[in-house]
Amino acid sequence: MSTPNVLILRAPGTNCDQETAYAFEQAGGKTEILHINRLLENLSLFGRFQILCIPGGFSYGDDVGAGRILANQIAHHLAEQLTEFKAAGKLILGICNGFQVLLKSGILLENDAQAGPAATLTWNDSGRFEDRWVKLGVDGAASVFLAGIESMYLPIAHAEGKFVARDDAVLGRLGSAGQLALRYRPLHDGADQPLDASVPFPDNPNGSVLNVAGVCDASGRVLGLMPHPERHIDRTQHPRWTRGEGSEHGDGLKMFQNAVKYSS
Amino acid sequence: MLWEVDIYPADGQPDLIGQQTAADAADLGLAEDLAVTAARGYLVQAELNSEQVGRIAAELLADAVVERTVVAPVGDVALIQPPAGAEHLVYVLPKPGVMDPVAMSAKQAIADFGIEADEVRTFKKYWIGNLDGKRLGALCSRILANDAIEQVIVGPLPFDRLEVGSPYVFQLVTVPIREMDDEALSNLSVKGQLFLSRVEMQTIQAHFRSLDRDPTDVELETIAQTWSEHCSHKTLAGRIRYQDEHGERHFKNMLKETIFAATMKIRADAGDKDWCVSVFADNAGVVRFDDDYNVVFKVETHNHPSALEPYGGANTGIGGVIRDPMGTGMGAKPVCNTDVFCFAPPDTPADELPPGVLHPRRVMKGVVSGVRDYGNRMGIPTVSGAVYFDPRYLGNPLVYCGNVGLIPVDQSFKHPQPGDLAVAVGGRTGRDGIHGATFSSAELTSESETLSGGAVQIGNAITEKMVLDVLMVARDRGLYNAVTDCGAGGFSSAVGEMGEKIGAEVNLETVPLKYDGLSYTEIWISEAQERMVLAVPEDKWDELKALCDSEGVEATVIGRYVPTGRLVLKYHGTQVADLSMEFLHDGRPPVVRDAVYARRPVLKLSPLDKIDWDYTDELKDILGSLNVASKHWVIRQYDHEVQGGSAIKPLVGAENDGPGDASVVRPRIDSRRGLVIACGMNPCYGDLDTYWMAASAIDEAVRNCVAVGADPTKIAILDNFCWGTTDRPETLGSLVCSALACYDMAVELGTPFISGKDSLNNEFRPEGADEAISIPPSLLISAMGQVEDVSRCVTMDLKAPGNLLYQVGATRNEMGGSHFAQVLGLEGGQVPKVDAPLAKQTFAALHKAIDSGLVRACHDLSEGGLAVAAAEMAFAGGWGARVMLAQVPHEIEADEAAKQRRAELSLSMPDEPLHPLALYPPATSILLFSESNTRFLCEVTQQNAAAFEAAMSGVPCAMIGEVTDTGKLEIIGLTQPIADAESNAVEIGTPVVVEAELGELKEVWQKPLDW
Repeated sequence: MSTPNVLILRAPGTNCDQETAYAFEQAGGKTEILHINRLLENLSLFGRFQILCIPGGFSYGDDVGAGRILANQIAHHLAEQLTEFKAAGKLILGICNGFQVLLKSGILLENDAQAGPAATLTWNDSGRFEDRWVKLGVDGAASVFLAGIESMYLPIAHAEGKFVARDDAVLGRLGSAGQLALRYRPLHDGADQPLDASVPFPDNPNGSVLNVAGVCDASGRVLGLMPHPERHIDRTQHPRWTRGEGSEHGDGLKMFQNAVKYSS
Repeated sequence: MLWEVDIYPADGQPDLIGQQTAADAADLGLAEDLAVTAARGYLVQAELNSEQVGRIAAELLADAVVERTVVAPVGDVALIQPPAGAEHLVYVLPKPGVMDPVAMSAKQAIADFGIEADEVRTFKKYWIGNLDGKRLGALCSRILANDAIEQVIVGPLPFDRLEVGSPYVFQLVTVPIREMDDEALSNLSVKGQLFLSRVEMQTIQAHFRSLDRDPTDVELETIAQTWSEHCSHKTLAGRIRYQDEHGERHFKNMLKETIFAATMKIRADAGDKDWCVSVFADNAGVVRFDDDYNVVFKVETHNHPSALEPYGGANTGIGGVIRDPMGTGMGAKPVCNTDVFCFAPPDTPADELPPGVLHPRRVMKGVVSGVRDYGNRMGIPTVSGAVYFDPRYLGNPLVYCGNVGLIPVDQSFKHPQPGDLAVAVGGRTGRDGIHGATFSSAELTSESETLSGGAVQIGNAITEKMVLDVLMVARDRGLYNAVTDCGAGGFSSAVGEMGEKIGAEVNLETVPLKYDGLSYTEIWISEAQERMVLAVPEDKWDELKALCDSEGVEATVIGRYVPTGRLVLKYHGTQVADLSMEFLHDGRPPVVRDAVYARRPVLKLSPLDKIDWDYTDELKDILGSLNVASKHWVIRQYDHEVQGGSAIKPLVGAENDGPGDASVVRPRIDSRRGLVIACGMNPCYGDLDTYWMAASAIDEAVRNCVAVGADPTKIAILDNFCWGTTDRPETLGSLVCSALACYDMAVELGTPFISGKDSLNNEFRPEGADEAISIPPSLLISAMGQVEDVSRCVTMDLKAPGNLLYQVGATRNEMGGSHFAQVLGLEGGQVPKVDAPLAKQTFAALHKAIDSGLVRACHDLSEGGLAVAAAEMAFAGGWGARVMLAQVPHEIEADEAAKQRRAELSLSMPDEPLHPLALYPPATSILLFSESNTRFLCEVTQQNAAAFEAAMSGVPCAMIGEVTDTGKLEIIGLTQPIADAESNAVEIGTPVVVEAELGELKEVWQKPLDW
């Protein structure tokens, strides 16, 4: 077993890089936080790493649109390297802003030459940024990151997290392939309802179609999700730990452990 | 060519901006169901063909899945095709020169396509339905745009080029001050927006007469900024002759002899155990945290800019205060933000607004989004705060923003050296924020908007985040000797302060500018945001420059610290200023002011004449009052968990929605040691007694920290005085009186002040009015406590039925300024006092009990007293509570009449167990709603009851009830004679004084600000 090297990619405005690196370290990975300019200068740097993570934040201020500018930079300058990275069987994780970047750059779901991008993340139905905890259910076993996880309790903190697919055909295809891997679940009543059944606000905090909170690619090795697993790797991060709830390593650490284990 | 890109929601997607605009129009009574279609858009000035612009629009500017675009050159008919029902077209654009961060980013991102755009500007475009001209004007000015920073264009855009500034032609300006008479000096002070007093102007005149020359404009501006109230705190740090009922007291430096003196005494008393590191010296106060790190804390206000432009004012308020810890010592890493706001009630009728005043609802929304957008983008959790409402904040809202930072122990001091280069890092300099420092020293009038519009700025958080990223690396690599922020006064303050003990020479033409046309003076005094100044040894410059370049941060040598004791400014080689540092920093004539405090007699607060003994409605009224009501709408818009250190969140309890007393964060993600952040403020008490208002605010801030588990011997506090015009002796007197309370309380509790700031002249004079409206005395006390291990903290939500409830601290007849008095419109009464030695003892005992794990839940008793605290604990925990007022520890004394009646009744009915306060009518409301200080409600398991009682021995404490599974709050009153409403027959009984379902209570508490 070797210790995998994790690349935490940061850009101007990235702000969850340190705690995300810490989560990977706790899971047994070795991390390096690199500015995108370093990668643009030296494309071969990717070769050093087995896992790439684009953490949360507001890359380039989310000016123009959340994650859009970094996504464009990647699409214009790093698409080849990331395609190789994927093809080499390596893992890519995008959290919150990182999910927005992966989706909008076409790395997570391929763009259709005619019809355009398969899906997007747009403004919450509430029209504003919100920080709240959500319950998540896992659909199937497609994603390497989510292996052995059935449900998680994690915080979201975003303004543009509503998942919208281009059309119903795309949605149906992703759903049946198990790529709509992570869904918002009702916090109270309806624990047994199907994943696709409607979950009202605030349990579905942004109005995502089919309650989608995270999406993986066809290989299961690329995952993007809006909630923040790195913010729940310790008991005292749970909002109700003083009521005796939560577990020692939170619900989030397992995702990082899965990635490290897979890459070891 | 000037291209326009309009971006609309695609068919079937919600038009969120349009819907919000229509809702706001309905809120302000302009129109019901107004049809609004909104687009966001970009103007792109570039030599491009339509295919290129189309590609940029599709792939960068718009989201193809949920948006559709219209792309055409400005003037093209395609851009002005109205949607169904639209009658008016309105464009809103940032005024030329106003910061437009999205446009800046878009311009850079366009470069990724291999395309160069000359200029980009954003806009919003609204298609409005049926509305008459007057209402359309109101819609534009009240909802769509703010005249301070935006321009409105009704109809198609009337230009086809974006202006980007014209070149500046140098001309040295001197001001013939030597020959001016007093009137001319006063005129110069006002018209030149120097806002200096006559004596100060005369001092400057005398100085230049002695030099035998006239000053240049930039010399005058530099002096005005350095001497401004904002930068020098000349009133409170000045000489004051103060008089109150104890006699007369003369201060040479009021702040130094009260606030600062308290800290000095505490430090001296602590001896070896002194844990203060740097107080009232640097940009923020510094105290010890653990073996490796110190923590720094600073709270600032940004009131006047927020009154004119709430979003930009609050945005740059939080952005500015974050730069304080970044500019403290060798630079601290910001770890959390705080914010406290004071507004007029948001339901103020729109037609009652004086001219020049923004509606309080709009102010509140703008301020909250301003803090949100900056704090969230910086990746700093906003964890603590409060919102207060009073009609007197209408024209002059208050916006307090705070930031806590973490700094390595050995990086806590800065040492600029002669010969160091003066290096500007970060944002470029523009015309924004000119005269901010002197402007905040002036009273607001309805003309302020036009007079001082330049003082309003928009921030760009990402620029500041980029500066922070490189600053931390540069600090750890030892690339500079000193750092400070460019705040009020711009380079003038930053370079002036850093070079105060050395001297400095600056070449103004080297400063990078946002656009052409700035004069040398504008460059020097601009308060453009996101700039830091470093003192860099010459041999480190190349490495620093390379580091900054590698992350796209602009760094420029603008001058040098030279050991001349002078401040010399040059523009392309021509000397434009030459001032002695000594005159600049020590030449200001002392301000001497009178202050008088006449303590008002305590008026009797008439009690309620209750026949039915039921106070449930009063409790609901208080829970639903704006100060008490849930602030979740504000809190949830802030990321309070970024950086991963959140241990006690601002909202707690079974549904994550109860009002926590203080937030706890772990600033080091690899450690369980925590910081506890809270505040205290009671503007309602200040009208009655500012001494006890200040004492109460300190008690509240400290007890909030203690309630979650903070060690009371390690709580540092900050003062922020916001007051009216202190030229009036009685207004200044009320402030001095509160500063005396600060000294007394801080010394007694052992809680040092480590930093502070004041904002005076918070008054608003409506057009045509003689009298200005002054804000109430508003002293914010911010507190930063520490816990050894966050896993020993407690929250305020009830945990399990069967547990016991204890009230710690005694209830007194202190209803003055209480929320009970406010919702019932009662006047007078004694404001809550503080028994400081007992408070210290109480805090110590309770801390020990919490730290030993004896307490399951703890909530401080503050606004609304015991009844509100019990209600909040119950609905936050989802468990009922039963409280017996007869068991509440108290120091209430019945009046003579009541004592006599009770004695008589006891004789006639010797078997009845009458409570000592049974026949004193106000007793029930006092026990329920009094806001006496130093009180807590604690939940304790039955097993731990004896240990808890032992821990609390020596302080007032009694078991007053229990946690239930009834889903109800029940409060049982005193056993007393009760008259039957119909028969008038009197019987001895024990009334239920509050009974309500938790759901009802929570709803009235959540509803008022659930926007």
